[in-house]
Amino acid sequence: MILQGENIVKQYQHDRGIINALDHVSFTVNNGDFVTVTGPSGSGKSTLLLSLFGLIRLTSGNIIFEGHRIDNISDRKLTDIRKKSVGYILQSFALIPYLTTLQNVMVPLMLEKISGKEQVKRAAEILDYIGLSDRMEHLPRELSAGQQQRVAIARSIVHKPRLIMADEPTGNLDPALSLEILEFLKKINQENKITIIMVTHSPVAAGYGTMKLHLNEGKIVIGNS
Amino acid sequence: MTISKLVLIELWKRKSQLISGLLAITLGIAVIVAIQSVSVVSEQNVARNLDNLGANILVLPQGASIDDYYTSDIDAPTLPMDYVERILTSTISGVDNMSPKLTRRVKVGEQSVVLTGILPKSEIASKPLWQSSGLTGIEIKAACAPGQTANQSHGMEDEKLKRKAIDTLNSNDCIAGSQVAKRLNLSAKKPISILGKEFNVVKILPETGTVDDDRIFANLKDVQRLLGIENQVSAIEIMGCCNAISDGLLSKLRNILPDTRVTTIGQIVSTQIETNQLMKKVTLVMLIIIFFVGGISIGNFIWANVNERKREIGILRMMGAERRTIYKMFLLKALILGIAGGILGFLLGTLAGVILGPYLAGIIVEPVYIYLLWSILLSVAISLAGSLVPTYLAAKFDPHSNLQED
Repeated sequence: MILQGENIVKQYQHDRGIINALDHVSFTVNNGDFVTVTGPSGSGKSTLLLSLFGLIRLTSGNIIFEGHRIDNISDRKLTDIRKKSVGYILQSFALIPYLTTLQNVMVPLMLEKISGKEQVKRAAEILDYIGLSDRMEHLPRELSAGQQQRVAIARSIVHKPRLIMADEPTGNLDPALSLEILEFLKKINQENKITIIMVTHSPVAAGYGTMKLHLNEGKIVIGNS
Repeated sequence: MTISKLVLIELWKRKSQLISGLLAITLGIAVIVAIQSVSVVSEQNVARNLDNLGANILVLPQGASIDDYYTSDIDAPTLPMDYVERILTSTISGVDNMSPKLTRRVKVGEQSVVLTGILPKSEIASKPLWQSSGLTGIEIKAACAPGQTANQSHGMEDEKLKRKAIDTLNSNDCIAGSQVAKRLNLSAKKPISILGKEFNVVKILPETGTVDDDRIFANLKDVQRLLGIENQVSAIEIMGCCNAISDGLLSKLRNILPDTRVTTIGQIVSTQIETNQLMKKVTLVMLIIIFFVGGISIGNFIWANVNERKREIGILRMMGAERRTIYKMFLLKALILGIAGGILGFLLGTLAGVILGPYLAGIIVEPVYIYLLWSILLSVAISLAGSLVPTYLAAKFDPHSNLQED
């Protein structure tokens, strides 16, 4: 078991009263799982993803990562866990626009204060792995959408995380590119034994999951709850 | 890659923003440097000019006027010679030289002349014209230049400041002014009888255009004895440092010589002191304005930059960047802007001073290199102060809400 959620509740105060974005959600993710989280808009998928490592603080409930509770630890410790153990992939790629492909991939290594030479070596290796070694000096705006998402994937795995959190990674891509990205994620999951938790609207993408959670109105309606 | 490199890349890739961010602080620093460069040289010029005038402070007996000093009436009041000692033993600084004088109008034959007793060792062989007549003695070094370096003011040495004191005036010797020499038909090495005492004329002074032209100068002790007013003088002429005069030398002298009248020679002193003080006030006002305008401008620039980079801050925080990393990113940027603004402001301000100085103030302005350090320090302080609030807010950003803008 790498990650476990126990009775996770996230409430938002709204004009019309309290909204339960997550309503007593429980799940267990094992090492090497490819988890897909599906559900209609507003069902709490992204809230779940962001709350797992402290980007959104829970109202109640426990989160256990590699045997340790992390829902009640300091921001600083959570930041450190995200830096070392988690990779994020977002729908909009979220690349830094003024950095080249290589530099974008080096950012997580920079945050870990890894030496410059090692940063270049490891980022170049990853870019080679995802087939973008010929685009290392390109700026994000000089890349296609599929290439940009591949750079974002490279950035999410360069520091060898234990987990990848992907929020609609194929949401901005056409079906062909989506498949390409999903195949990459599958490859990463299988070859590198990195656990992936992927939020998606797409049934095709959901089909890649080895474990499937379906949320509706903040509750898990299908899955291991 | 490091955070510093990230900041440099961001600055380099957004050059137009960099230029607009630098503009206000650069111009602000440039204005201060230009004003300061011109005013410093102006002060030095005035100090030099004042020194060239010779004595610039007069200590007169209470009730005496400057007219008394010039006309040297027979019953003009006097003050004790001990006052020289009182000044010498005081803690007052900025008195470069003192020359006590006793002046009286006397008859030489049928002619009325002003006999002036001077103390040879401390008398300034005034004014460069006296020196050109070949008088010798110990150099008196004026210490008016900033830093109290004798005769030096940022490399603009003025040879005229190296005055010579008369130390060769013997008991029976005298020096005659040009006009009195003409009237009495005097020439060098010719004897003259004054109040029954024989004097040798050792030098005829060239025409100075001052009251000196109508005077005969002799040893103070001899003159006091001749006039029967021993240990008394008509006035003490003081060569005071211009900067010390600005700093209240006159009041300090008045404090230790309460029954005297201490005044400056010529309006130039007070006028220039006022001008110097005005320049200092203008610089201070400009400094305050620049601090606020520059700080607000930089703060605004950083805040715009923070807003533009919300998503970047969000993704960095998501990837594990600590708040202090965000602080570092923006404060480092402010530091670089501050250093660049300081250097550019110094260059621009110095250039403006060098070009405009001769036109606006009639003086030649040279770069004051220490201002480079001050410019950078000031600019960095303004830049960092202006950036603190936007940087604090950037570090407080909730990464999740910034990423949800996607």
